Amino acid sequence: MADIRTTIAGLQMVNPVMTASGTFGYGLEFADLVDLSQIGGIIMKGTTLHPREGNDYPRMAETASGMLNCVGLQNKGVDYFCEHIYPQVKDIQTNMIVNVSGSSPDDYAECAARINELDKIPAIELNISCPNVKQGGMAFGVTTEGASQVVKAVREAYDKTLIVKLSPNVTSIADIARSVEDAGADAVSLINTLMGMAIDIEKRKPRLSINTGGLSGPAVKPVAVRCVWQVAKAVKIPVIGLGGIMTPEDAIEFFMAGASAIEIGTGNFIDPAISVKVAQGISDWLDRHHYESIHDIVGII
Amino acid sequence: MKQCKDLKIVAVERPNDGYVLLKLTDNEPLPAILAGQFVEIKVENSPQTFLRRPISVNFVDKARNELWLLIQVVGEGTRHLANLQVGDTLNVLFPLGNGFSQGVVGERVLLVGGGVGIAPLLEYAKQLKQVGATPYLLLGGRSANNLLQLELFRQYGEVYVTTEDGSMGEKGFVTNHSILANDQLFQRISCCGPKPMMVAVARWAKEHQVRCEVSLENLMACGLGACLCCVEKTVKGNVCVCKEGPVFDINELTWQI
Repeated sequence: MADIRTTIAGLQMVNPVMTASGTFGYGLEFADLVDLSQIGGIIMKGTTLHPREGNDYPRMAETASGMLNCVGLQNKGVDYFCEHIYPQVKDIQTNMIVNVSGSSPDDYAECAARINELDKIPAIELNISCPNVKQGGMAFGVTTEGASQVVKAVREAYDKTLIVKLSPNVTSIADIARSVEDAGADAVSLINTLMGMAIDIEKRKPRLSINTGGLSGPAVKPVAVRCVWQVAKAVKIPVIGLGGIMTPEDAIEFFMAGASAIEIGTGNFIDPAISVKVAQGISDWLDRHHYESIHDIVGII
Repeated sequence: MKQCKDLKIVAVERPNDGYVLLKLTDNEPLPAILAGQFVEIKVENSPQTFLRRPISVNFVDKARNELWLLIQVVGEGTRHLANLQVGDTLNVLFPLGNGFSQGVVGERVLLVGGGVGIAPLLEYAKQLKQVGATPYLLLGGRSANNLLQLELFRQYGEVYVTTEDGSMGEKGFVTNHSILANDQLFQRISCCGPKPMMVAVARWAKEHQVRCEVSLENLMACGLGACLCCVEKTVKGNVCVCKEGPVFDINELTWQI
């Protein structure tokens, strides 16, 4: 059987499949439905220094092979996470990673510093790519200066594995990736959602409360594969690929494009056990094609 | 405990063009399901239907180990569901959500349903009767075509009907029904239907100081409280209808009533 264990920037994983932030809660919501220890890592819901109510309803619109969302980083803040959620998730036997967001470099750094104190959280994923908040979020991820500034601030406050999640809503994602690598990121994950819009023509109104939202699901996969391929060629740090992965074959595309691990997001809504099924399917595909290890196909394109 | 599995379709009934009743079973005993809980169905072979479809539990037949789903055909996804055949399987994530308040012995509860919102009230009427409460059913629809399963409802309690076109029962909306003239008759109300109807019922309940809960159907994706898409504004802030609901006491909501 092919070896699909992997290590990304110091994180040891049973397999290279993680669940994407905002699509898998804190893992607990799925505990009845999937063996969490068989997932390579769980990236928990976006967390900010202060509590956020998120955007108004409606926050979701189904689209062709995908969906738009404008949740807007609803969460109870990092203190609530540390006091109430961390005790419930710390013994889950996988990499429990916090996705961190903020509205200023100081916000990000302070939030990261609090999470740095939590023994059982081996990494954070820095969200500089949320398209659904007015301040911060994607604003930092669309310029090399902004991205670099936030990553530098967090790097000073955080000494464990630092993953930076990139936005596809940019002219050159490779330039952004290079700037966060230079600023001290240990890995990059991409892509966050693509900014989109849908209109209810009968009501003559946008279908989302804040008009625009982030597109995810199979509809975005070709864009994501292209971004991963460009970034993998541009940086030396590991690349984590995501965007519309629903099957093991989708995942293999990302590995060939240069991803060392993948995340599954929207697919969790269709099949709560999709991550474990995709991991198994990756192993089966490697066996069928006589590869001994997942590393044998990473970046072969 | 939540499950995600293929259930087998043992009966497909089409009471009229607008609806389909699917009866599902499993080789293992179905888990305990509270009235008012719902399922999320995966719609296969329908490229336009990406997300699962949330459907309320219409009835659980414990003796036959059957779960019933009464589905109104409104779009591409539900049209596919209406074309399923006996012997097909359906991938179901369930049971989800909180469910209606459990009844107590001797309690008189008015169940108000509108359109396909009457579906979960059948199981609820059964469960209320089982615990020794007395359910009364007030069911409304545009016309007689929208009022299904009345003979089943009558097994569990008195049934009152309104239709907007007067084709059955009293003409008008549920809140116009003469049964409501006596506001001492009911100790509480549970309601499921279109939002304008639920707002009207909530307003009536508040005015007459009767406890009232409503079942919401906000657009949702995951059904598990993970994606935070289906939120409703409550006195505690935005909460997930799929997890904290779908049933809410009207005092928890921020509706203008």
